[in-house]
Amino acid sequence: MAEIVLEIPPRLDYLAVVRLVVATAASLDPPLPDSRLDDLRLAVTEACSNAIKAHRPEAADQPVVISCHLDEDLFRVQIRDRGPGFDPDALTRLPAPTDPNRLQHESGLGIPLIKVLTDDVTFEPAGDGTIVSMTLKRPTAPPI
Amino acid sequence: MELEIPDTDVDGWTVVAASGEIDVATAPALRDRLTDLVEAGSTRLVVDLEDVDFIDSTGLGVLVGGVRRARAEDGDLRLVCTNTRILKVFEATGLHEVFTIGSTVDDAVASEAQ
Repeated sequence: MAEIVLEIPPRLDYLAVVRLVVATAASLDPPLPDSRLDDLRLAVTEACSNAIKAHRPEAADQPVVISCHLDEDLFRVQIRDRGPGFDPDALTRLPAPTDPNRLQHESGLGIPLIKVLTDDVTFEPAGDGTIVSMTLKRPTAPPI
Repeated sequence: MELEIPDTDVDGWTVVAASGEIDVATAPALRDRLTDLVEAGSTRLVVDLEDVDFIDSTGLGVLVGGVRRARAEDGDLRLVCTNTRILKVFEATGLHEVFTIGSTVDDAVASEAQ
């Protein structure tokens, strides 16, 4: 197994760098297909964006840590923040797209998108923050 | 993300052409543009996403806010997009049912409203 670790300041203007590095790591042989790379880029952006926004101000000098784990069958990316933590199952459920009230909600799509775009995702408390672990199957992987 | 300046007008619709990546870091500029247009009375808007190669949930939220403000003034906000990478995000979130999405600007402005 190979591991690639990226540490960034808790700043949103670093998201494009995160996308680039994680997608490049996932392109190593055996590469994720292009469509899954798109899924990964978006899922990582959502998780990393949440991590940066949740980062405690008093921990501003500490990085958000993104680690990519390349197993033979799986690509796993973990994002660790230093925020207060949250319960992903307690998030407000958005109205159906055809419900006129749907237009009142400009946020709340990040976690649902991560769940749709990845093969597995977990949110775990870790010390003074949260670790989001997202897994995508590599081309040789059997079903999870 | 880049926004084409100035916006163009097609049959009474104001077309805003975006390009590049629309994410949480860049979406505020699009939100400001759309809000300014509606407040200035341009309530029939088309956002051309043909040159956009990435959009995240914040970008989607900006478009949702834009269509809400436009429709509140009896207008609409429509999209131009043929990029399957971007369309997939709208379908994954169900927002393809919220927006009128055309393959060209002419197609978007001529389409039936959602």
